[in-house]
Amino acid sequence: MDLILILIAVAAVAIVAGVVVLVVWGRGRDGTSRDGAAPVAQAPPDLKEKLSRTRTAIGSRLGSLMGSGRLDDSFWDDLEETLIAADVGVTTAAAVTEETRSRRPQDGAAARAALEVALVGAMSDEDRSLRLIGNPAVVLVVGVNGTGKTTSIAKLAARMRADQRRVILAAADTFRAAADDQLRVWADRVGVEVVTGESGSDPAAVAYETYQRAAAEGYDTVIVDTAGRLQSKSNLMDELGKVARVLRREAGEIGEVLLVLDGTTGQNSIGQARSFAEAVGVTGIVMTKLDGTARGGIAVAVEHDLGIPVKFIGVGEGVDDLIPFDPTEFVEALLEP
Amino acid sequence: MFEALSDQLNDTFARLRSKGRLSETDVDAALREVRIALLEADVNVSVVKSMLARVKERAVGAEVMKSLTPAQQLIKIVHEELIVTLGEDEAPLARPAAPPLVILIAGLQGSGKTTTAAKLARHLKSKGRRPMLVAADLQRPAAIDQLEKLGVRIGVPVYTDRGVKAPKLVKGALKAARSDSLNVVIIDTAGRLQIDEDLMKELAAVHKAADPDEVLLVLDAMTGQEAVNVANGFLDYIDLTGLILTKLDGDARGGAAISAREVTGRPIKFVGVGEGIDDLDAFYPERMASRILGMGDVLSLIEKAETVYDEQEAELAAAKMRDASFDLEDFLDQFQQIKKMGPLQQLVGMLPGAGTALRDVEIDDRRLGRVEAIIRSMTQTERRDPKLLNGSRKRRIASGSGTRPQDVNILLKQFAEMQKMMKDIAGGKSPIPGLSLPAMGRNQKR
Repeated sequence: MDLILILIAVAAVAIVAGVVVLVVWGRGRDGTSRDGAAPVAQAPPDLKEKLSRTRTAIGSRLGSLMGSGRLDDSFWDDLEETLIAADVGVTTAAAVTEETRSRRPQDGAAARAALEVALVGAMSDEDRSLRLIGNPAVVLVVGVNGTGKTTSIAKLAARMRADQRRVILAAADTFRAAADDQLRVWADRVGVEVVTGESGSDPAAVAYETYQRAAAEGYDTVIVDTAGRLQSKSNLMDELGKVARVLRREAGEIGEVLLVLDGTTGQNSIGQARSFAEAVGVTGIVMTKLDGTARGGIAVAVEHDLGIPVKFIGVGEGVDDLIPFDPTEFVEALLEP
Repeated sequence: MFEALSDQLNDTFARLRSKGRLSETDVDAALREVRIALLEADVNVSVVKSMLARVKERAVGAEVMKSLTPAQQLIKIVHEELIVTLGEDEAPLARPAAPPLVILIAGLQGSGKTTTAAKLARHLKSKGRRPMLVAADLQRPAAIDQLEKLGVRIGVPVYTDRGVKAPKLVKGALKAARSDSLNVVIIDTAGRLQIDEDLMKELAAVHKAADPDEVLLVLDAMTGQEAVNVANGFLDYIDLTGLILTKLDGDARGGAAISAREVTGRPIKFVGVGEGIDDLDAFYPERMASRILGMGDVLSLIEKAETVYDEQEAELAAAKMRDASFDLEDFLDQFQQIKKMGPLQQLVGMLPGAGTALRDVEIDDRRLGRVEAIIRSMTQTERRDPKLLNGSRKRRIASGSGTRPQDVNILLKQFAEMQKMMKDIAGGKSPIPGLSLPAMGRNQKR
């Protein structure tokens, strides 16, 4: 009995294995064009202060490394390891180290400068301003469970309100118990409207209803909160696809599809970005929880591997603690001794 | 036995060539590959270092078993070391002398504390205990509402008090539990960063007030290098008794499990494997070790298969595969079963052999829908005998399924190859060399 089940299990997936080859066809989704960018006001550059703990962690390690003087093989191995310890990932760390080394720095200071250039160079050169097009403009916020979507939306809404935008939120997370309550509390706090649906109702319907209301009542921005979902669950990804389709049908285009990544997550972030990009076409990343000791090096890896720009980072629990991402500043903060 | 790594390792060993015993040079070269595998699985850099040192000590000079290649021998040692690090046995919850059993749940924001607390309550209730949930997360908006709603869903009372601070709330909860003669108290606390001094002090105060029998740190399986800092940070303020690893239903390799276990020395008591209220499992070190090494998880696969296949069906299909009479109609059938087992990517990931070859191929269940559409566009006769398919029939099928005739051709060609492959498998030629069947059932505790 056991044996037969094993055979079936193996054979079943063997079938699958064959099918997979077929499935590889039909790839390719064209990138979205960018125009009509509406930049959001820059926050004061308090990034270094906010990331101070991050800085100490990687910076001190680098500091002693750079101070050691001899740029031999073990120096470069240590450098690579320091990057891996910051969640940059094995492949990207190797590429960045190689790039730094190829500039042939002669001492620690030169190595640091070369490393900065290499890290910034590994990131995307896409526009990082928020793209709010259409009236109302639509921002769809997606991600796996627990990354901080709802909190990020509240912070985003607060920023937009400060820019005199009229914002309405769609509580399209109809799955998690009390998710709409959470969004409503935030909405009251930052002073924006929110549309909710019945628990367990169709999230696409909530998104649709919110868009209609925004259009009818003169709101200029709709931010859609969605339920957290693991990227490996195809039925949930399909559901998300439907939300995006409905919004695209109504709005013509979704200005921003923001993927919220948890800064403490490791290499799985890359898989998340890839899957969500395929399912709904991600235009930007919000990386949260960078006020801990997490180094956020995964930002470099995601940008390096997928070219999707990080647009905001979350550095605290306050409403103002969502700030625009600047790669140069980020790298400087990351490496400062 | 351990496919994913051994492919790379076999190359390494082919170059270095040693016979009988593992030499230091061989081991060093091979451990470089192991290191990458572990780092890619998010095991902490310093944990990797100390683990590999232990592996090296055991491996150098070790005799290579006759049935294994040097690469397999080394991976066996790595695998064993991982299992030891992860803790060998199922770790039960504490049994206090006098009820109630008090469980404190702590962790970072978004790790899944509230959901886990409810799952744990449900789990204990199903074992005949009378649990109470305590909503002591006074930080996150609506966290209390969330727990209250979950409590209603699982029929477990939820204690809260919005008017007081967390330590006092907990004291009140314990009193209420005693007077209602509830014998388990599960306290859900606010998510907090381990470096947030104020909140960590508050947690320590809650801990003091609760005087818990179990302090469980909830850790997201996707956590990266940070896992070590998180675990250490919480240990600085409260004495943990165990870990719960969440979101294991995703495709993260879960190296954080190793990091946290190594740093805290505390056992992993449960794992969260889904969004459903029942999706809480015991922890199996061997499966986790395999997952971290990317070796697949045949046990879980078999378990999944067991839930959708019955014995007769299984034997019938196997017989058909053996004599190569397995046709597209049967394929469609199997396909429906597989769909019930879960996302394909996950299933393939559980296969040791296929896992290596297909690791970089993204499998999207939606694309599979096209394959299904093509097959469904055939008549039953055509599915039984694909030779009938001439040009015009193929065109009809293509337009019926919204594909191109060449797609239909590709599918038919692949299917023919698949049939050959299945004949081999069913005939006893395992496509997974070294997969020893008796060993696979050994650690299965269900």
